[in-house]
Amino acid sequence: MREELVEEELFAPGHRACAGCGATLAVRLALKALGKNVIVANATGCVEVISTPYPETAWRVPWIHAAFENAAAVASGVEAALKSLGRRGVKVVAIAGDGGTADIGLQALSGAVERGHDFIYICYDNEAYMNTGIQRSSATPFGAWTTTTPVGRVKRGKDRPKKDVPAIIAAHGAPYVATASVAYPIDLIKKLRKAAATEGPTYIHIHCPCPPGWRFDSDKMIEVARLAVLSGAWILYEIKNGRLNVTIKPPKRRPVSDYLKMQGRFKHLTDAEIAEIQRTVDERCRHLGVG
Amino acid sequence: MKSWRGPPVPVAARPSVGSSGRTSSWRIQKPVVNLKRCTRCRMCWIFCPDVAISFTKRGPAINHDYCKGCGICANECPAKAITMEAL
Repeated sequence: MREELVEEELFAPGHRACAGCGATLAVRLALKALGKNVIVANATGCVEVISTPYPETAWRVPWIHAAFENAAAVASGVEAALKSLGRRGVKVVAIAGDGGTADIGLQALSGAVERGHDFIYICYDNEAYMNTGIQRSSATPFGAWTTTTPVGRVKRGKDRPKKDVPAIIAAHGAPYVATASVAYPIDLIKKLRKAAATEGPTYIHIHCPCPPGWRFDSDKMIEVARLAVLSGAWILYEIKNGRLNVTIKPPKRRPVSDYLKMQGRFKHLTDAEIAEIQRTVDERCRHLGVG
Repeated sequence: MKSWRGPPVPVAARPSVGSSGRTSSWRIQKPVVNLKRCTRCRMCWIFCPDVAISFTKRGPAINHDYCKGCGICANECPAKAITMEAL
């Protein structure tokens, strides 16, 4: 068995995530990568809601509930406290969804990275506010239906592109920034281990399909995540000290329609709209050297 | 007069299995493993969001208290050793 795949489960079964939840799998794999010596600051969001019905919790590591906007600020404080107490060997991890990262928590994250705290920030990106009922976030991709970007005669889903948060954090000069996917667990675990071994602020952005929110059957969760990577709609890369390295290069890219057509949130798209999305995916793949 | 002894419930939450009860009650189908076909590749185990598959020498063991029946294990099994069956 590969060394990345440790047996120990630090996220307990019996949580209340939806069947086939991508974000929960991301958290389970992240804890496998990081081990017990962590303190987690978790922003409000799906993962917080599904894992901690007080007075019980699915977390077998120390865990703090932060507000929606301040997971990075809470992590900063914990890290500073550990430093002043002289405690070593404990990694502080902030976990938030795309809403808590790209929208509401962006200034706290930016501040923590700028101050140079020694922590890992994990964004589980399910591309909308899912536990409140599928409202669009700035990480929702172009064309996607959500309850606040409806499809009708006037609007055709979200009319703005997805915000590129990893690039924003890389622009801060963070020593390690990476994207990951739940469909590539070894790649995900390796990147988290690299982040843990790096001193200073590190950022991992994990693509996590959401069966109820993206409108597909729960058994297809990994398939959807994998197709995002194979089509180039989601690119797996790392930026280490400013140098970009694509970690998974699909040998021959699949058409992006294969990825879009699996999901009900894109079912309204016309061929012309799909061609437009294909163009932007091609452009981004060229820009990052995916081919 | 009785002195106040703190809140009646713990201030910090306890880590526990089944924090939301027996979540297998949600499911409408369950995975059934054919160990003869299983190649022990562990794909089902690594992709389970409900931490409901453990690995034994013989192959995967499903935790039927917490498996929500999402079907990812059956869909991802390269040997087609897992099928989803109606309850």
